[in-house]
Amino acid sequence: MTRETTFNAVLLLGLIAVPTWALIMDQPFTITLATRAVILALAAAGLNIALGIGGLVSLGHAVFFGIGGYAMGILAHHAQSYSPLMDWPFVIEGTKFMPVIWLVASVVSALAALVIGILSLRTTGAYFIMITLAFGQMFYYFAISWSAYGGEDGMSIYVRNDFPGLNTLAPIQFYGLCLAMLVIVLIFSARLRKSPFGLALNAARQVPARLDAVGLNPVRLKLVAFVISGVITGLAGALFADLNRFVSPTMFSWQFSGEIMVLVILGGVGRLFGPVAGAVTFVALEHFLGGLTEFWHIFLGVILLAVVLFARGGITGLVAGKEASHD
Amino acid sequence: MSLLQIKGLTASYGVSQALFGVDLDIAAGEVVALMGRNGMGKSTTVKAICRMISATGTLRFDGHDLHMLQSHKAARLGLGLVPEGRRCFRDLTVAENLLATSRAGPWDMQAVCALFPRLGERQGQISASLSGGEQQMLAIGRALMTNPRLLILDEATEGLAPIIRQEIWAAITRLKRDTDMAILLIDKTVSELAQVCDRAVVLERGKTVWSGAMAALTPDVSERYVGV
Repeated sequence: MTRETTFNAVLLLGLIAVPTWALIMDQPFTITLATRAVILALAAAGLNIALGIGGLVSLGHAVFFGIGGYAMGILAHHAQSYSPLMDWPFVIEGTKFMPVIWLVASVVSALAALVIGILSLRTTGAYFIMITLAFGQMFYYFAISWSAYGGEDGMSIYVRNDFPGLNTLAPIQFYGLCLAMLVIVLIFSARLRKSPFGLALNAARQVPARLDAVGLNPVRLKLVAFVISGVITGLAGALFADLNRFVSPTMFSWQFSGEIMVLVILGGVGRLFGPVAGAVTFVALEHFLGGLTEFWHIFLGVILLAVVLFARGGITGLVAGKEASHD
Repeated sequence: MSLLQIKGLTASYGVSQALFGVDLDIAAGEVVALMGRNGMGKSTTVKAICRMISATGTLRFDGHDLHMLQSHKAARLGLGLVPEGRRCFRDLTVAENLLATSRAGPWDMQAVCALFPRLGERQGQISASLSGGEQQMLAIGRALMTNPRLLILDEATEGLAPIIRQEIWAAITRLKRDTDMAILLIDKTVSELAQVCDRAVVLERGKTVWSGAMAALTPDVSERYVGV
């Protein structure tokens, strides 16, 4: 077993043990914190496919997070107000059934990622970053102006959505659901990176011109990765909205796109559990340093600076060595 | 019928014209040497064949007009390029480098490792840590994994130790003997080319100046246009 595998196993076991620890220590709020970390890890795991394997520095991933959030918000809003989402040419009702919400969040995120990807991937480098950022801003201001769904104030959902066989209002059960989703995505990511598609995508990041010469289209590979990445981040958005029972335009903000990227860099770009390590560290810092000062981001900045300068494999690289890093 | 048919090929890098009329035909199963001094247009010809630069003139592969195709689509017709400078995917292992580009056909991991046993021994090794010769074998293996009908080797033995060069020439000889793959070789070692190639085409200032059977390449032609 490599050091990285051991580190990943410890991290996963730690997340599984959180509810037990919270009950023993009588700190139920810890479960909500851990749920937040797991959902952010899920969003970052999505970005890690585009950024870590495909080398796509997207500053617009909050678009997909926001789409997932608003998919949940809009469907649940119509379900709780008993008003149809659409009544012509056919009636579409809202729903509070999580699997349907996730399906809608995935499909809409995929379509958005496809359109954004087709346009953005015509460019590379700084231009790609700027185009994805511009899309993020477009969605952000659209959400602000969308008064039917709360505009700038956002929208509250009174009761958490349903999942068959679970009481999602119980923090432990909702946490378990989010953790299961994260594990599924991590297993998918692990298989994807070892698949011919994942290997070709990795190769496209390294020497795109070389890939052309062996009959593979690097732009198409990156587009598929961008769509997969968007779907996962969209799912995270739907869960995040359910956690807070609230959606607002800040889910689309470029600051949030940056935050997801910070999670990936902090944990280790391209590392399977990098997003998990990054999200857990981020939420822990937010909680503990945030209790000391509201300017806790200054300390986060210093840590991020140290990671970029001295530990380019992120926390995972620092603990587990450099063997699989993509820095 | 020619597998690759090039006639009057011209190409430019911006305002600098590099090719002024290259003629080159390769039939299935044929091994052809593309020769000439440095800067005479050999690598530019290869780039034009692989659609990495735009060119004018007749450029057909298996009846398809390559001008109409993007480079990855041209490669899918069966063009396998081993580029100058190897350019392996450094973060991937040997096996991953090979699998990343594989397409269905007789050339799979087992066949490549049989041709280059060194690669078989180092399947799990990150390619950046391979020696130059091993990286060259990997570059050839990677091209073979696409199951090409025309394999193009651009300076495949340049800068390698003599023993590694021997291994690579032995592999090329085996490819000629055991497969019906056409091979276009660019190299400066006339003696080795003479042993494996059926025909030679010589370029001078971006133009074909000599073409014929390898056995007919006399020392004076070789010295005049290739410098050896």
